[in-house]
Amino acid sequence: MTGKTVVTGLGVASPNGLGTADFWDNTRSGKSGIGLVTRFDPTNYPARLAGEVPGFTAEDHLPGRLLPQTDRMTRLALAAADWALEDAGVRPAEIPAFDMGVVTASSSGGFEFGQGELQALWSQGSQYVSAYQSFAWFYAVNSGQISIRNGMKGPSSVVVSDQAGGLDAVAQARRQIRRGTPLVVSGAIDASICPWGWVAQLAGGRLSTSECVDRAYLPFDAAAAGHVPGEGGAIVVLESEESAVVRGAHVYGEIAGYGATFDPRPDSGREPGLRRAVELALADAGVEPGEVDVVFADAAAVPELDRAEAAALRAVFGPRGVAVTAPKTMTGRLYSGAGPLDLAAALLSMDAGVIPPTVNVEPVPGYDLDLVVEQRSTPVHCALVLARGEGGFNSALLVRSV
Amino acid sequence: MTARRVVITGIEVLAPGGVGVDAFWDLISNGRTATRGITFFDASTFRSRVAAEIDFDPEEHGLSPQEIRRMDRAAQLAVTAARGAVRDSGIELADTDPYRVGVTVGSAVGATMSLDQEYRVVSDSGRLSLVDHTYAVPHLYNFLVPSSFSAEVAWAVDAQGPNTVVSTGCTSGIDSVGYAADLIREGSADVMIAGSSDAPISPITLACFDAIKATTPRDDDPATASRPFDGTRNGFVLGEGTAVFVMEELERARARGAHIYAEVAGYASRSNAYHMTGLRPDGAEMAEAIRVALDEARMNPEQIDYINAHGSGTKQNDRHETSAFKRSLGRHAYETPVSSIKSMVGHSLGAIGSIEIAASVLAMRHSVVPPTANLHTPDPECDLDYVPLTAREQRTDAVLTVGSGFGGFQSAMVLARPERTVT
Repeated sequence: MTGKTVVTGLGVASPNGLGTADFWDNTRSGKSGIGLVTRFDPTNYPARLAGEVPGFTAEDHLPGRLLPQTDRMTRLALAAADWALEDAGVRPAEIPAFDMGVVTASSSGGFEFGQGELQALWSQGSQYVSAYQSFAWFYAVNSGQISIRNGMKGPSSVVVSDQAGGLDAVAQARRQIRRGTPLVVSGAIDASICPWGWVAQLAGGRLSTSECVDRAYLPFDAAAAGHVPGEGGAIVVLESEESAVVRGAHVYGEIAGYGATFDPRPDSGREPGLRRAVELALADAGVEPGEVDVVFADAAAVPELDRAEAAALRAVFGPRGVAVTAPKTMTGRLYSGAGPLDLAAALLSMDAGVIPPTVNVEPVPGYDLDLVVEQRSTPVHCALVLARGEGGFNSALLVRSV
Repeated sequence: MTARRVVITGIEVLAPGGVGVDAFWDLISNGRTATRGITFFDASTFRSRVAAEIDFDPEEHGLSPQEIRRMDRAAQLAVTAARGAVRDSGIELADTDPYRVGVTVGSAVGATMSLDQEYRVVSDSGRLSLVDHTYAVPHLYNFLVPSSFSAEVAWAVDAQGPNTVVSTGCTSGIDSVGYAADLIREGSADVMIAGSSDAPISPITLACFDAIKATTPRDDDPATASRPFDGTRNGFVLGEGTAVFVMEELERARARGAHIYAEVAGYASRSNAYHMTGLRPDGAEMAEAIRVALDEARMNPEQIDYINAHGSGTKQNDRHETSAFKRSLGRHAYETPVSSIKSMVGHSLGAIGSIEIAASVLAMRHSVVPPTANLHTPDPECDLDYVPLTAREQRTDAVLTVGSGFGGFQSAMVLARPERTVT
C-alpha cells in the first residue's frame, strides 16, 4: 500500500455551472455566475447580489419522496454525490457497505428549510412544524442522506468550521482512508440564500453592498469591500490509491498535504495562523514552496484579511513567488462549499494545464502577489487550496498530480 | 517509534441537576433524576412538556455581559466547561505552544435556542417571512454557523491548533472526542480541549420532536419520565448540557505528573445507511462500531466491565442497542452491567455523548456503576443487566460507551486504564 489518498470523482454544483463540464468551461474562461438574488425579493436588504446555482430542478435528479424532507443544500449535495460517483465509475451497490464512508462539512445546515419551520411555528403554532424539521435542517443531514441513498456504512462524520470546514472534511476523509476505509465521499455543499440566512449573513458585516456584478467582490483590490455570498460547492470521491488502481479509475490527483490552525485571540497582537497552516500542509506533503504551481486563495475581500493572506503568501513563497488565483470571484463565497469547489478547480487545472482567472480585480501593488487575472496556460502539478472561516479558522490543502 | 496514546487528564461537566463534576456524580451515583416540567418558557401547548434543564447562570461563572450577548447558551456552557476542565487537569497552557493545542466541540443543533428567539424578533412573531434585518442582533452570524462555539473555546484557553465543531447529530459527543483523539495520535496536536455542548430546549425543538413523537408525553410525572429499557418507556426526555475534557498524549501527561482519568483506547463510528430517524432492530452497524473500537483498543469483549448505553428510552432505540451489545460482545453482554444515565439527566442530543464519557470515566474512578433510574418493569426484549435504580460498587477498569443518532450514525468508544494488559 502506498498510503496515498487520491481523488477519482468530482460532482460540482456551482453558481457558474451545474456539473463539472459547465463549471470548468465557465471558470477557465472567466464567466461569472453572480447576479441579483432571485430566490427571494432582495429589494429591501442592503445587499442584493449572490451566486445562485443555475438550472437545478430537484425533481429531475431525486425521487419525489425525498423532496418534502430535504433542504436545497441537501438536494444539491445528493445530486452532486451521484455525479461524483458516476464520474469515478463507482457503483456503490458493488462495494461492501462498510468500505465506504461519507464525511461532509456544513456551515449553516438546511437553513432555508429551518426558516420555513420557524415561520410555521411562530405564525401558526407548534403543531404546524414538520416532522422532517427533526433532521432536515441539522448540520449532519447531508452525510446522513448521502450514506442512505448510496448504502454507505463506513466511518462518517460532519465538521463545521465556517468557510474552512470544506477542507477539514476532505482531510478527515483522508484520515479515514489511511485508517483502512477504501472509499470516502467528501466535500461540502452549502446554501442559505433565503431571507433568514441573508439577515444572518448581513449581521456578519462582511457582505458587499455593491449592486454592480463586476464590482461587488474584489479580493486583493484597493476597492475590496466585502464579498458576495453564494451557494453550492463540490462533492468528491476520495479513495486509497490502491483501491483506485484496482478499479482502473481515472485519478485527478493526490491529497498530498493538509494543515489547520486557528488565529490567536483578537487582542493578542500575534500573527494570524494562516502562514503556519500553509507551512504545515507543505511539510505534511514533503513539498518545498518552489514546487507549488498555484495557490487558490481564500480571498476574503476584506482589506485587513486580504493583507494578512498576501503577507502569509509572501512569507512562504516570497514576493510574487507563486501564481495566485481566486475563481470564487465568479461564484461568490460558498461557505463550507468553497474549499471543495476550489479543490475541484485545482484538480481540473492540473488536467487542463490552465490556471483559471481571478475576474474583475486589479491587485493592490503593495501585496506583491502574482495574481492570475487572465486565464494562464501552464503545467500544474501541485496546487495549494486555502480557506479561512469567520472567527479564525485556517485550513490549507495541497494536491498534486500522481 | 511507538504509537502515540491519548489520555483524559481533565474533566468538567455541566449537566441537569447541578453544575460541576461533583454535583453530576452525586446525582447519577445516587440514582436521582433531574427531569422536570419545562420552566424556560410556557410549554403548555406542547405534547411533551418535560425536560432536563440546568440551573446555570453564566455571570456566576465569570462570563462578561458582552460574552453572554454574543454566545448562545450552548457556547456559554462549553466555554465554562472548557475553563473548568483546564483547571481540573492542572495543565499550564501558557507553557505550551498554542499551535499544539486544538479544540473540538460536538453539537447536534448548534445555536438553536438563539435562532428560535431571534427568528421571532426579525419575523415580528411570524408576521414577516421577508424578515427584517434592522431588528437583527449584531452577532447573529455566530448563531448561523455554530463553529463560533469552538472559536469561543479556543479564545478562552488560547488554543491555536486544529479547531472544529463536529456535528453528527446525537453521536456528536462521542465523535468529537474521537476526532480529538485521532488528532493527537497522528501528531497534529499534543493537547486537545474536546467535548460537546447542546442547549436545545426551545419551542422549535419541542415542536419537531412532538411531530415525530420521539419525546415522552409523560407530563404528569416528570421526575420518572425517562425510562430506558423499561416496558413502559414511551420516548426520551429532552435535556441540555456539556462535558469538556483535556486530552493529552500519554507520555506528555505522565511527564508532567498529571492525574490520568482514562485512556481513550478505541473509537469507531459507522452508519446504518437505512433511515434518517429509524433503526433496524438487529443493531448490526452499532455492533460493527463496537467491534472496531475494541479492535483499536486491542481488547477482548471480556475486558469490558461496564457498558454505558445510549439508552434514550424510545421503543426502537433500546431494543436496537440491546441487539448490538449481544451481537458484538456475545455471552459477555449478559454478564456486564449496562446502564443509561439518560434516565436521570435526559437526552442532551449532541452533548450527551461527552457527558456519558464523563460518567464512564467517573465510574472507573469511583469503582461504582451508575444505575438506570425508573427501571421497574423491564421490557422482555431488553434482557440484559441494566443496573436498575441503585448504583453498584464494582471495580471498573474498562468501559464501553455508545451513541446512536438521527442520520443513522452509530458510535462506540472504549475507555480504559492505560496500564491495562494489551492483548
